[in-house]
Amino acid sequence: MKSVIFSTAIKYLIPLLLLFSLFLLVSGHDTPGGGFCGGLLAAAALSLYAMASDDTASVKKMVKFDPINYIGVGLLLAAGSGFIPLLMGEAFMTGTWTKVGVEGSWVIPIGTPVVFDIGVYLVVFGVTLLVLLSLVEENRGN
Amino acid sequence: MGLVVSVFSGFVLCFFAPLINKLAKNLCGKLLALLPLSLCIYYLTFIPMVSKNGSKLLSYPWIPSLGINLSFNIDGLSLLFAIVICGMGTFILLYSDGYLAGHKQLGRFYVSLLAFMASMLGVVLSDNVFTIFMFWELTSLSSYFLIGFNHEKESAQKAALQALLVTGFGGLAMLAGLILLSITSGHTEISTLVLNASSIQQHTLLLPILILILLGAFTKSAQFPFHFWLPNAMEAPTPVSAYLHSSTMVKVGIYFMARVSPIFSGTNEWMVIVTTVGAITMLISAYLAIRQTILKKILAYSTICALGIMTLLLGIGGSLGATAAVGFLFGHALYKGALFMVAGTIDHETGERDITKLGGLRRYMPITATGGIMAALSMAGIIPFLGFIGKESLYTATLHTNNYSVLLSLVSILANVAFVVVSGMVVYDTFYRDEQTTPKNPHEAPWTMWLGPLFLGVMGLILGLVPGLIGHSLIGPAASAIIGRPIDLHFVLWHGFNLELGLTAITLISGFALYIYKAKVLSLLGPLEVILSYGPLKFYDLLINGMLSLASSQTKLLQHGYLRLYILVTAIVGSCLVWPHLISHFGVFDFEGWHDIHTNEVIVILLICVGAIMTFTVKSRMAAIISLGVVGYGVGLVFILFSAPDLAMTQFIIETLNVVLFMLAFYHLPTYEVTTHPTNKIMNIVVSVSFGAMAAVLVLVALHVQLFESIASFFGKYSLSRAHGHNIVNVILVDFRGFDTLGEITVLSVAGIGAYALLKLKMTEREEIEGVNK
Repeated sequence: MKSVIFSTAIKYLIPLLLLFSLFLLVSGHDTPGGGFCGGLLAAAALSLYAMASDDTASVKKMVKFDPINYIGVGLLLAAGSGFIPLLMGEAFMTGTWTKVGVEGSWVIPIGTPVVFDIGVYLVVFGVTLLVLLSLVEENRGN
Repeated sequence: MGLVVSVFSGFVLCFFAPLINKLAKNLCGKLLALLPLSLCIYYLTFIPMVSKNGSKLLSYPWIPSLGINLSFNIDGLSLLFAIVICGMGTFILLYSDGYLAGHKQLGRFYVSLLAFMASMLGVVLSDNVFTIFMFWELTSLSSYFLIGFNHEKESAQKAALQALLVTGFGGLAMLAGLILLSITSGHTEISTLVLNASSIQQHTLLLPILILILLGAFTKSAQFPFHFWLPNAMEAPTPVSAYLHSSTMVKVGIYFMARVSPIFSGTNEWMVIVTTVGAITMLISAYLAIRQTILKKILAYSTICALGIMTLLLGIGGSLGATAAVGFLFGHALYKGALFMVAGTIDHETGERDITKLGGLRRYMPITATGGIMAALSMAGIIPFLGFIGKESLYTATLHTNNYSVLLSLVSILANVAFVVVSGMVVYDTFYRDEQTTPKNPHEAPWTMWLGPLFLGVMGLILGLVPGLIGHSLIGPAASAIIGRPIDLHFVLWHGFNLELGLTAITLISGFALYIYKAKVLSLLGPLEVILSYGPLKFYDLLINGMLSLASSQTKLLQHGYLRLYILVTAIVGSCLVWPHLISHFGVFDFEGWHDIHTNEVIVILLICVGAIMTFTVKSRMAAIISLGVVGYGVGLVFILFSAPDLAMTQFIIETLNVVLFMLAFYHLPTYEVTTHPTNKIMNIVVSVSFGAMAAVLVLVALHVQLFESIASFFGKYSLSRAHGHNIVNVILVDFRGFDTLGEITVLSVAGIGAYALLKLKMTEREEIEGVNK
């Protein structure tokens, strides 16, 4: 699919879209968003890029690892976050929170659901990208 | 606490096995063997406690609502098994180090082997029946990986699957039995179940419970008619056969029967079922063993025979039966493990596994031969080996039982005659006789491979000479655990001149004679072969093939691959099921809120309608996809209007991805033309309008139906205070309903990898597959 407007536009949109997907991930606990949306958005952005350049190599280079690895790491993070409460004597997957930051100036609560959400993000991102990239590759093969 | 660590240490170490294998190279097996060795020493420290018939119970709540606890109990029976598991495990790891040296998937092998060992320890040390079941299934699973270790061989795949299906079937039956048992008795711990034995024995459901539980034990311990999986499982590398199929896993069924025998023993049902199955197994496998010529298969059938003997003894029960069962079991673990390793060594160093093509090997592998011969003498039950004591106590038990004493003694003699013949076949045929040319030049095995057989063979001699070493420390406590009260132990080498000794003489003489005239006897028994060809294996094959053809025919019928027909069927079935119900509730909904509809909502709805109509009226595919996109975005707008921004956002992204996917799939679709027949078109319209209307009415009805109290207020109340989040949707996803999400992303991963595999397969092998099909 060759379109100058499309491929030029996507080049400048990619950083914004990826940044936005990260924003959705981080802010998801309080405002609309979350790991699922974020992961989908990131994958959608990259697949648009792959379509525009009609080539998966550049996207593969951008994500560094084979998408299948993101799935594995994501599942590991999501399932692993559930084990942390076990160490505190709570049931599997009980939300466990702690606060990090400087006393008085800034404090961010960090909890296992955040890790879990990052896992969801990676899985959704990995799966979507995996399937889309294979489809793009298959098209080029024909 | 140490007990818990000892069980789980194997599971922990198995994850590091590939790494150790990579770093330590040739030392890996020797290093890993340190774990079972130290565990074995650790368990030996329990002997003083156990020999006073004491036991130690540790319990941690796991799923208290279901009565499932992580509880561990060590008594005589558990200890005996734990020592066998770890002791054999040590030698097997050493043996694998030599046998599989240089195998490219050695790391993976160690993972499965260690996991298997840990699961075995879990089975024999757990007290909760459901925890036992969990570990029990883990042994089936890890043995599946071990039998199918040479996974590129089709026969190995088949054998592994067969073992898994047969033992898995038994495991499920056992689970049902255990659930029944826990419901009827109200207890889930073996230690408390034993105390309630009398009420369980009088329960009307005793027979179903017993049959279900025994199905598990019989399949695992390869009892007739489930015995066929064990010889086939000889596809596994020899260390696996030596470990799983002689000394440990197949004995786990025996262990469980022994474990529950204080609960059921004494009932007629137990006596009849267990004794009969044991006796039939003994007879059939004794015959099957002597007609084999492949080393490992001979050993496999003789193992089934030995398992039959143990089953028979547990059926007989009482202090004599229990002592004999334990004594025989221990002796068998020693000599059969050794013989399997010897068989593997012969195969490894000569490249030949058929006893008719082997001979005179004692000159080339003297140490292996020494171990093998000692083990075989023990198996034949020759004085003063441990096997002799085992056989004598077997005869004592069968002679002193009240029911069918003569018949059972006769069966036992026949089984032991077969053992004598098998000993001759395994040792004399291979190590003596004339030398034969073999594929490889025979030579002595490395020390890792002869240490195990030699040690086990020598142990068979020492323990036979001094049975007191294990009598009151292991055999007695284990037998006490089987009958549920302390016993008066008779475990000595020399009983004096009695009937048992006479039977032994008969056994040895007939065994010797049968060994010499084997060929003649076998040809006389020739007609039996016809019956054998209709054995349970045939039934298994029929069952499996029948299921596969049923599955493939119904798949062809239902999964025809036409997406439009799938949708059609779904819509028709959905409408037909829901409409009648809706009509009977038709009066419930009304349009009372219709004047609250705002102009902007009407505009969005109109947009959706126009998009929907456009989708099936436009003439180009691209336009149709875009129109469908309009519908999707319209729905997204509805979400925004009704303040569900999360849904809207996801909907927008999904719609975008949909368009992308359609674009990608474009290339594969034929040119867009309307081929639908007019009558089909009318049907399609009827079905889709009916389905759409059904969905609309359903939504309206749902507004007025509240089956349960809404939990929305709970989420609203606790979202911030407990889950630290303002966005309830996200908090539900990652916290309140996090477990669901975990399941969903797992399914998503599997589906994604599946789709990826299909696409890749299509890409790389399309030509190849097409070529094959043509």
